[in-house]
Amino acid sequence: MKPKVAFFDFTSCEGCQLTVVDSLQTHTELLDAVEIVQFREAMTEKGEDYAVAFVEGSISRPSDEPRLKRIREQAAVLVALGACAHLGGINAIRNAMPLDDVRRYVYGDKADWYETYPARPISAVVPVDAVIPGCPIDRNEFLEVVKALLLGKKPPLPDYPLCVECKLKEHTCLFHKGGYCLGPVTRAGCGAICPTYGDGCEGCRGLIPDPNRNAMSEVLLEHGLTVDAMLARWTMFGTYQQMETGKK
Amino acid sequence: MANVNIEVHHVTRVEGHGNIVVNAKNGVLEECRLEIVETPRFFEAMLRGRPYTQSSHITSRICGICAVGHATASLRATENALGIEPSEQTVLLRKLNFHGEIIDSHVLHVYMLVAPDMFGVGSVIPLVKTAPDVVLRALRIKKLSGDLCATIGGRHTHPIAMAVGGFTHYPTVAELKALRQRLVDARADMDETVKLAKTLPWPQFNRETEYVALRKEDEYAFIDGTITTTDGGKYPVKDYRKVTNERMVPHSTAKYTAHKRESYMVGALARFNVNYDKLHPRAQAAAEELGLKPICTNPYLNTAAQVVEMVHSVEDSIRIIDELLVRGIHPEPLPPFPGRGGEGVGSCEVPRGILFHNYQIGENGLVKNANCIIPTGQNLANIEADMRKLVPEILDRPQDEIRLMLEMLVRAYDPCISCSVHFLEVKFV
Ligand code: SF4
Ligand code: SF4
Ligand code: SF4
Repeated sequence: MKPKVAFFDFTSCEGCQLTVVDSLQTHTELLDAVEIVQFREAMTEKGEDYAVAFVEGSISRPSDEPRLKRIREQAAVLVALGACAHLGGINAIRNAMPLDDVRRYVYGDKADWYETYPARPISAVVPVDAVIPGCPIDRNEFLEVVKALLLGKKPPLPDYPLCVECKLKEHTCLFHKGGYCLGPVTRAGCGAICPTYGDGCEGCRGLIPDPNRNAMSEVLLEHGLTVDAMLARWTMFGTYQQMETGKK
Repeated sequence: MANVNIEVHHVTRVEGHGNIVVNAKNGVLEECRLEIVETPRFFEAMLRGRPYTQSSHITSRICGICAVGHATASLRATENALGIEPSEQTVLLRKLNFHGEIIDSHVLHVYMLVAPDMFGVGSVIPLVKTAPDVVLRALRIKKLSGDLCATIGGRHTHPIAMAVGGFTHYPTVAELKALRQRLVDARADMDETVKLAKTLPWPQFNRETEYVALRKEDEYAFIDGTITTTDGGKYPVKDYRKVTNERMVPHSTAKYTAHKRESYMVGALARFNVNYDKLHPRAQAAAEELGLKPICTNPYLNTAAQVVEMVHSVEDSIRIIDELLVRGIHPEPLPPFPGRGGEGVGSCEVPRGILFHNYQIGENGLVKNANCIIPTGQNLANIEADMRKLVPEILDRPQDEIRLMLEMLVRAYDPCISCSVHFLEVKFV
């Protein structure tokens, strides 16, 4: 029997689900290997007997939690899909600001109509079995993870920094061009796509295990760059982690 | 007469979350609402204090489908605030990337989200077996538009190479030529798409309203222009608030807008109604084939207008590539921070309609204030007005049919509800 798979979204831009749709288009064999029973963005039918749940988006209000917990209870395997679910991601930028200010800034005196709390990764609420990092996810990595899961294996994630991939591609390092890049501390796996297109890494795949912070500061010092500017980059996707560790 | 009680929770096959609530007793409509129950996003607040160079990368995450549109509006707002003029090459590359997103979004909507309704199935998946040529064609067009975006911006969604004042990466001549060939080949798929659209049973329903779109004298406007309405309104984009007049309603986390009437419509049909004369001749021919004439007041035909725009975008992409090939691609340095702050508005016609970003940037290069007004938010009041006229007209039909007609109406607007939400959670007051 084909494993039943479902997709869910919380606070997100749905870009990761769209990337899934893209992958399914070019790899239709996946549709033969699994049965999709829920994918709100693409179908009307709703099945509740799924074994694998892909969850996109951050948890950003108390009422998200019971829904996520129900998904966790049903799914044998729960996969975080993309930076919002994996890290808290872009949604967590606001965590560094007073919540009430944020609400009033957008909604003025109607702020009380709406429920919210600091945005967090899904792993802050339930145990997560696998992660597909990135904002958006990398479609090849999505396929790799699904294949590994179908074989009952734990999907591998690179634990070396992005610079390794970037240097293999022989790009001129952003630091030599006066730019900023989080490559030295960010988990590889996207093929260093941002440096490939001329921009520094923004850290959307999260930190490698044991990032070498001293080496990072040395690089900054060597190139006359500021920690503030680096932090501004890191907190695009890493605000939740930065606030959890209280430093970086 | 009929009692009707319809609640559709989480309308499927739209981006984001919306509920439809309709209540009629003895043939009298008592309640009719589109509820937006998307989670809070707070993008405007999140931009405050960030370096101006990050705004487009952060706001592209408002919506994975309109990412290029948000990035472009954001860049235009930033450039207007800082007094930066993008080069001609930058303008051409942005337009090309933009067409990619228009085609991508429209093909997704027409083939994956609307066509299943008309074929009477719940998703595109059963069509793989019953109408494989249709599905394969959709996939081909979608692959082309995604590749077009990736060639210019670096990836399909959330462009990397678009920056304030220019690009950080350029397509090669070989890449442009290959894209050109595929776009020329796509003309056949466009013809087939028009034929398909012609056979679909479009619901008959008309309601006059005001249509709002950007307009330019020299082209069918997608980036920049004058805000123009079918009720005679004309405003520079910096005066966008005179049109939008945002207000909040308790049943929705998105903000509502109104100009001269109780509501107005934005999107492909609005652009078609305002800018029909600027469409490529092939797109005008497609419109004629579909029996679409300005001013068209059937909101279900928004999808047909998207088909017309796809034809236009394919043709205009070919034209832009030809121009780029003649000019040659020349790397240009990004402009430095001008050392001054300022305020600016950027506006684009994203797939779902007119979009505004408005930023204040400080002298330190950090964003001081931000406001984003999104198409679906502008359409919400108009969708509700449509529902209030539609429901009494079809009240004698079976409840399931009413439900489907309403869902199809909401889907025709192609609402990208996740972007229209500044906020969340429904509460009744
Ligand atoms: S991780 Fe990025 S692409 Fe994916 S849903 Fe979140 S914002 Fe969108
Ligand atoms: S550009 Fe970034 S990823 Fe590449 S080598 Fe330099 S620091 Fe590392
Ligand atoms: S280069 Fe960095 S920011 Fe870009 S996709 Fe890879 S991890 Fe994310």
